[in-house]
Amino acid sequence: MCVACGCGSDAVTLSGPDAAQTGEGAHTHSHDAGAHSGPHHGHAHGHSHAHDHGHDDAAQPQHSHAPGLDARRMVEIEQNILAKNDGFAAQNRARLAADGIFALNLLAGPGAGKTTLLVETLKALSGRVAAAVIEGDQQTANDAERIRAVGFPAVQINTGKGCHLDAHMVGHALERLPLPAGGILFIENVGNLVCPAAFDLGEDKRITLLSVTEGEDKPLKYPDIFQDADLVLLTKADLLPHLDVDFDTIVGNVGRINPTARVIALSSRSGVGFGKWLAWLEDARRTRLEQLARVAEERAQALRGAFHTAAE
Amino acid sequence: MHEMALCESLRAALEDAAQAQNFSRVTRVRLAIGAFAGVESEALRFGFDVVMRGSLAEGAELVMLEESGTAWCFSCGTTVPLAGRLDPCPACGGERLVPNGGTEMKIKDLEVV
Repeated sequence: MCVACGCGSDAVTLSGPDAAQTGEGAHTHSHDAGAHSGPHHGHAHGHSHAHDHGHDDAAQPQHSHAPGLDARRMVEIEQNILAKNDGFAAQNRARLAADGIFALNLLAGPGAGKTTLLVETLKALSGRVAAAVIEGDQQTANDAERIRAVGFPAVQINTGKGCHLDAHMVGHALERLPLPAGGILFIENVGNLVCPAAFDLGEDKRITLLSVTEGEDKPLKYPDIFQDADLVLLTKADLLPHLDVDFDTIVGNVGRINPTARVIALSSRSGVGFGKWLAWLEDARRTRLEQLARVAEERAQALRGAFHTAAE
Repeated sequence: MHEMALCESLRAALEDAAQAQNFSRVTRVRLAIGAFAGVESEALRFGFDVVMRGSLAEGAELVMLEESGTAWCFSCGTTVPLAGRLDPCPACGGERLVPNGGTEMKIKDLEVV
């Protein structure tokens, strides 16, 4: 098992274009220890500092491993439990920024319509914007196949018993999905309204989907998944006339948990509201690319400045 | 059940610390768990015992120190103490609050041999 994944004893597998070859067909890459292939991104260590508070006997040899009460000491470690994941997420974020890619993390319960949203979105982007998808599910490559069927590259991550994607798995998947600058990377998380919320993947924006069929109080019952979303998509809005749910109550509950999130109601099937989502996507992508361009220009200016100073 | 994943992450952090700090066994782990960290204490305790089995922290005592939560109230525009995620603002009664304190889970210190 991969030490950093920590999602149970089942092996995590990736299938999709290989890191070395972008050929077709599902190539399965076992993610067991020792089975790693291809370039391995470095392992980050989260910021930590530790100091000893000695209960140590001064006469005790430094490297004594003798058990016993007298050898006990306190070690202070002010470190986030998820520091390892956060380190991988920071690496992913830096890599995506360097490549000029706009990355989105899509979270929702199973069946909210994540894959259908992606399929319809990719059809709309086709021929205009480069995009790729990382699909997370416990089992099957069905979702990645649905993405490939509309002509876009996809890597399927099967987490086995794992209930969420983590930044380490996404880092490996990234190696298989070369995208040109300006491309969009969609990461479809494992369908789960709880666990994925805790794991930063290195994304630029977080999108939570809630289908209107799931009821009004899901944001109150599962606040964590809504709390950090930049955008909340209320899907299957075409079904509203057939349901006993009150749409304004859903919107109110989202606003109670996350007052700053943009909320868009849409239907991937009927197309209602879909234009608003595509406009949000285009706007967020442009903002991200402009920000990256500004950083690059500042760096170029600093380099030129350093050159001129040196020349004078 | 991402508490299992948290415990795996914790074990990896302990193993790293053991190398850096030159110890071979952990007898007590103290964690600081924020009220809004999204962690279920009992699930974490269960996961800890399972995940630490056979490791340098097998049988270690797990102490969880609860850190109280605070939230930003969008109605009165201040940070207020908050016990429950869905509680109204204690200052103005507003309902739109976002946690800004007690959101982390940290390893505080270890007792090691």
